Amino acid sequence: MINPHPPHLARIIDRVQESDDIFTLRLRFNDPSIQSAYEFKPGQFNMVYLPGAGEVPISLSSDPDQKDSFFHTIRVAGRVTKGIDKLGIGDEIGIRGPYGQGWPLESAEGKDVIIVTGGLGCAPVVAVIHYVLKRRERFRRLVILQGVKHSHDLIWRASYERWAQAPDTQVLIAANATEAIWPWHIGTPIDLVQQADFDSANAVSMICGPEGMIVAAAKSLTERGLPEADIHVSLERNMQCGLGLCGHCQLGDKFLCKDGPVFAYPEVKFLLERGGL
Amino acid sequence: MKNTLPRLAVHKFSSCDGCQLAFLNAGEALLTLSRRAEIIHFSEAGWENPLAKVDIAFVEGSISTPKDLERIKAVRESANTLVTIGACATAGGLQALRNGVKQFADWVGDVYASPEYIQSLPESRPISAHVKVDLELWGCPVTGKQVLDALGDLLNGITPVNSSEPVCSECKRSGHVCVLVSKKEPCMGPVTRTGCGALCPAFGRACYGCFGPAEQANTASLAKQFEHMGLSAKDISRRFLFITSATQPFSDTGHGYLEQEDV
Amino acid sequence: MPIPHYLPHSSLQQLFEALTEDGYAIVGPQAKENRIDFGEIRNTAELPWGIGLIQDAGASQLVDGPKNRCFAWANGPQAMKPLLFAPREPLWQIRHGKNGYVVDAINPETRRLAVIGLRPCDLSALRIQDQHFLEGQYPDSHYGARREGLLVIAVNCTHPAATCFCASTGDGPGAKESFDIALTEDDNGFVVETGSPEGEQILARLALKEALSTQMETAADNLRNAASSQRRSLVSDNLRDVLMSRLDHPHWDEVAERCLACGNCTAVCPTCFCHAEIEEASLGGNHSLHSREWDSCFGERHGYIHGKQLRPEIKQRYRQWLTHKLATWHDQFGRSGCVGCGRCIACCPVGIDITEEAAALLK
Repeated sequence: MINPHPPHLARIIDRVQESDDIFTLRLRFNDPSIQSAYEFKPGQFNMVYLPGAGEVPISLSSDPDQKDSFFHTIRVAGRVTKGIDKLGIGDEIGIRGPYGQGWPLESAEGKDVIIVTGGLGCAPVVAVIHYVLKRRERFRRLVILQGVKHSHDLIWRASYERWAQAPDTQVLIAANATEAIWPWHIGTPIDLVQQADFDSANAVSMICGPEGMIVAAAKSLTERGLPEADIHVSLERNMQCGLGLCGHCQLGDKFLCKDGPVFAYPEVKFLLERGGL
Repeated sequence: MKNTLPRLAVHKFSSCDGCQLAFLNAGEALLTLSRRAEIIHFSEAGWENPLAKVDIAFVEGSISTPKDLERIKAVRESANTLVTIGACATAGGLQALRNGVKQFADWVGDVYASPEYIQSLPESRPISAHVKVDLELWGCPVTGKQVLDALGDLLNGITPVNSSEPVCSECKRSGHVCVLVSKKEPCMGPVTRTGCGALCPAFGRACYGCFGPAEQANTASLAKQFEHMGLSAKDISRRFLFITSATQPFSDTGHGYLEQEDV
Repeated sequence: MPIPHYLPHSSLQQLFEALTEDGYAIVGPQAKENRIDFGEIRNTAELPWGIGLIQDAGASQLVDGPKNRCFAWANGPQAMKPLLFAPREPLWQIRHGKNGYVVDAINPETRRLAVIGLRPCDLSALRIQDQHFLEGQYPDSHYGARREGLLVIAVNCTHPAATCFCASTGDGPGAKESFDIALTEDDNGFVVETGSPEGEQILARLALKEALSTQMETAADNLRNAASSQRRSLVSDNLRDVLMSRLDHPHWDEVAERCLACGNCTAVCPTCFCHAEIEEASLGGNHSLHSREWDSCFGERHGYIHGKQLRPEIKQRYRQWLTHKLATWHDQFGRSGCVGCGRCIACCPVGIDITEEAAALLK
């Protein structure tokens, strides 16, 4: 039996500060054979290991076809991410993965893709945005609805502006609180669903963000006629092993690390609507 | 060569000096420590430099006198990171038993030949009641592992883990006999935070709560269980009003039973 | 179905010797400090002869039992679980090498264990733990290494405690599967059944007589009595729909008033599998050890996610435990997570009783 535990070492080959507390690492496994064999789907995650501190689950934010390296976009939230934030180019970290179920990108082909995200919920779906834009002909409309608490939390601002110029692409952004000059909506991403332009009979939605926002967004989308089965959500819990063993990521009957983190909405609707579980 | 090692201080306030032994008893780890940090002030070990600027200051003892109060402000000023070690510094300590006692002045007269030399604040309080504390390590005393693990993490630039899970979880992992269930002794383990490695139950003794309350300390329920086991209100109050008597919810539960006893 | 044989108490040591010859270390129950504890034994004299055990909600006391019996008790706080799913164990270490970090996997040192004295409830739990740790996408190599070469000598339960309810969950008091050898004790020895070729091979060397029909009848009677003497019960049905529809039942608040959130129930539960991963860096800064340890859904780490507790209240944690054990467990494992051993009842410092709480919630 192979020990699934020890992480593989990877080196930081680039680092971008996205906002005050959000940064992106570009990583490459030290062992070229591991790097070349490494495959993932957008929506999957790695256990990212800072020696001396521990591991955290972080979703992959790069394009799966980029074979020479991979990206993690990380918000400084706890002791491990605070430590990773101090690393620079050339430093090493450990990686185990990829784990979990990714977004249903194959079944989204030929359909409108509606992406709804709140806060740093954007990291797991940014990989999807890149994926769709790079393979534009395989999909119909791309609708991106992004909400943040405050306008200065919006990362990849230039990217959103660029994406808005792409053909058949609609970008709508909302912030609850804003600086003086804010060209987008003041409010929540839920408000934006009303303005979104999609064909509910032939669309797939992917939602990521706080659980309350997911429930509200799913409700608005179904009110616009999108069947619940065409809504997919990415959830977060305290994954400690990534292997479906440690039990920390359970939500009802689901182990988020292996059954998720991406679910078809009907699978988790009851659990999310109920809350506090 | 310019010395750029992080600078440490160990300060003592109202306490028995026992927690500082976490350093003095560290053995070989002291050699390792000397390669990673420079001790600037540590009276008990011979370094005397109380006002020097340091990266990390460890503070033992509670704030019990007007002089303590002056001094802790200076210590806070001197340190980037302030870590309290032990029940006195984190909870006011055993000496907080005098908090709220009306006959305190009489006691001082009974105990000391020249009570006029005794200057005490009305209450013995934890360091955090007076200045910002970055990390609180509980225990009476703290363990060497607890202090050195935290120090190692700080020197590595990592926020230390500071578990407040109950003693029971460590006790069960270690496979000790449950002194509550099998020996019917009033063990405080279910409401007390771990860190000691379930030391007392390992020797068949009931935990007496020296690490203070766990994250979820349902003291009312445990006290009721002690009642069922036949403990008097006085005995129950003493279980809770002991080493961390000034900390909630130990304080409320203990005083609740103390009042029953007074009735 | 192999014919049952009879192993007189006087020949039990021969079984131990056969196991030792085959290279097994023998682990069995001993009476220790007022409880039954599983540990390594070499001689049958080390078994708890003449020991009885009285267990009730929040109470467990060794007492005098029948002199000529060594299994006249139900269970101690632990049996199989810590032997396979270690309470704490290192997974890897990392250190600075010449050209960067070096990671070393740490695999457990294992021995072939023959465990004697597991109860039918323990066997059901073993089956669940096997399913969890070995039958998923990522089989656990630490658990697997210990599980390999394990020989199970079950002892059917003739003396259930007041806390036992295996008859109602369908897990006991007689073992049906998952054993190599199963014993049913009477005053003179054991009726022996085998459940695997390994078990048969070992028994064949003991030259035992076939069990007499009277001996088999006594064994069957004892097990029937053991079942009918149980006063507690818990339905084994899938309670998911009913429990998940009662998440706001007032009884959750009532339990939360009593529950200490100490996690003892989860630590002694033979099916609970949750564990946390921990990292311990050396003071020197050049080495770090990554381990895992038993964790509990009652603990602060379980529902923690970047600075927030998803289940901040005891009520939510108890609800998580009970609904997982009795409801969502069915979806994950195809059966209830409760095997009726009653350990959580005896080991709860305030005597919270899963059968009573479930009954109150189902009312």
